[in-house]
Amino acid sequence: MKTFYKKFLEKFIEGLLMLSGTVTTLTVVLIVFFLFKEGIGVFNKKPVEEGYVIAVNNKNPINKLSSEQIKNIYDQKITNWKILGAPTDSIILFRLEDVSNYYSDAEIGENFEGLPICISLLTDSLPNIIAFFPEKYIDKNFKGKQLEIDKVKLSEFLTGKEWFPTAQPAAQLGVMPLILGTLWVSLGAILLALPLGLAASVYMSEIANEKIRRIMKPLIELLAGIPSVVYGFFGLVIIVPLIQTTFDLPVGETGLAGSIILGIMALPTIITISEDAMRNTPRAMKEASLALGASKWQTIYKVVIPYSISGITAGAILGIGRAIGETMAVLMVTGNAAVIPHSILEPVRTIPATIAAELGEAPNGGLHFQALFALGCILFLITLFINLTVEFISNRNKYNKH
Amino acid sequence: MMMLDENKLAKRKKLRQSIAFGILSTLSYSIIAILFIILSFIIYKGIGVINWNFISQMPEEGMTKGGIYPAIIGTLYLVGGSILFAFPIGVLAAIYMNEYVKDGIFKKIIKQMTNNLAGIPSIVFGLFGMSLFVNKLGFGDSILAGSLTLGLLALPVVIRTTEEALKAVDNTFRQASIGLGASKWETTSKIVLPIAFPNIITGLILSIGRVSGETAPILFTVAAYFLPKLPTSIFDQAMALPYHLYVISTSGTNIEESRPIAYGTALVLIIIVLIANLLANGLRKYFGNKVKMN
Repeated sequence: MKTFYKKFLEKFIEGLLMLSGTVTTLTVVLIVFFLFKEGIGVFNKKPVEEGYVIAVNNKNPINKLSSEQIKNIYDQKITNWKILGAPTDSIILFRLEDVSNYYSDAEIGENFEGLPICISLLTDSLPNIIAFFPEKYIDKNFKGKQLEIDKVKLSEFLTGKEWFPTAQPAAQLGVMPLILGTLWVSLGAILLALPLGLAASVYMSEIANEKIRRIMKPLIELLAGIPSVVYGFFGLVIIVPLIQTTFDLPVGETGLAGSIILGIMALPTIITISEDAMRNTPRAMKEASLALGASKWQTIYKVVIPYSISGITAGAILGIGRAIGETMAVLMVTGNAAVIPHSILEPVRTIPATIAAELGEAPNGGLHFQALFALGCILFLITLFINLTVEFISNRNKYNKH
Repeated sequence: MMMLDENKLAKRKKLRQSIAFGILSTLSYSIIAILFIILSFIIYKGIGVINWNFISQMPEEGMTKGGIYPAIIGTLYLVGGSILFAFPIGVLAAIYMNEYVKDGIFKKIIKQMTNNLAGIPSIVFGLFGMSLFVNKLGFGDSILAGSLTLGLLALPVVIRTTEEALKAVDNTFRQASIGLGASKWETTSKIVLPIAFPNIITGLILSIGRVSGETAPILFTVAAYFLPKLPTSIFDQAMALPYHLYVISTSGTNIEESRPIAYGTALVLIIIVLIANLLANGLRKYFGNKVKMN
């Protein structure tokens, strides 16, 4: 009986352990599922707000407009139908509030009961009109023509140059400026962090004595432990004003500020991983080099660094990954302008910062909300790619060495 | 003549080395300098703000006066909740990975997935927590949703440190125990875990430090700008230190006037991280010496 009980307990515990072991896998699967379910939803939606329509005169040959065209029309960048392939005529914009320019209050009615007829008559009488109004004001015998609006396309989403997710009448969902902003800031960060990080890992693994190493190691760990929001705060009160006065800029919140803060934050990752790789250089190799008369420095750059190059690369890539995914610090110091950056002294906006800044205001399940989840998907894929690359590099390394 | 050349060469070699070493050490110490600049700046600006009232009072007058008590309490709840979730599962998972499962495709998958989870940016955890815990499971913005999200984020950290702790246990202990007729679980629970315990606790402390400062995952799962009273259940929203710092330093109504509060809050966060790191290092050293003495 006792052995049976014992055996049962063993099996039960093993099951429990296995269950716990699968939690991370399950979580990743769930994350992928929920992220992509919401994110892909955006491609099933039209960029025009639900419940609104865009209509033109019945004789207008145009049946379809892209969200970019609609935006340009309403921004008055396109002012003539000719550009869109219709006969030459200037476009007349119509928004709901313009109705009082054409009709009296009496005609519209106290509770807007006359509004549908007014809009219908107006679209019929003005051949060059484009009208944007709520669907509920469509008359039963609407004389205009409703435009077809394309759903958001993946290609437009990825290559679009404008990110105005709440623009009226048509949202602009182009993630190019955000992707470029993210890469821009991260690249700057790694350019700053790599020389420092490499120097520190060489110093700690090859030059410094054990005592100094034992002091430095926890300090680097501490650098990794400081919360990103504190880095962001530090950047906001020190680095941003510093940049502003040094370069005489209107605002100090720039890509450069983001790069500096992210560079500091990426340091521990780079240092820990490349130091590890350098310390794994076989002693025999180093001693052989020294015995041949090479100086310590020659040994370092001719033996240690080439030997550990894949570890160093892994550290650098992982550092970039950290920088790409970092949210709060970037959000606080880069100024968050969703435009394609032309210099490091301009405000930029990264993908994580966009999600953090906008999700709170995006109505649950709407176009904007889902677009932000699609951004999350992009971010997830980028970081996954980075992790797999790092793994590939370090696995190849192991394989070569044994 | 020959001798002189060699001497020259050797001298040049030496000079190069000293220059290189000089540059390397300067760069290394500049990193330490950066750390000290950040720490001393926050400490210098924040130390005057922190006193008993700051820690024990509610915010007043639009965050420009008063304390940060509800944010501290909120962070305590969140840290407690996430550790309660992540620690047992993480330790069990690590035991499974290190002691039980045999090498093979299954182990590889789990390992890979744990690595992937560790690499996912914290804002993605926030998105996930919002869509699963807040919306799908209907927890709403709550301590429960925030703790679970943070817990998932901490899970890979706990698993990794625990695995390292278990790996450090010498195999002869296991063999001896099995050889004496103990079962696998007996060996694990009575021999391996007690030896690995200090290192496991060290990992736990470090993950507490990490969780307490995370902001992105709680933005949309629990954090509130201001709550007039403390949370009473796990389904309530809560304020939290990192979110508090973010809000009052960027989007409050009186950013300038609430600056001192921001410095104080940053210092409290730094203190938490410092304590966690010191404690973890202290424990490591203490138990490291103890093992050596044995």
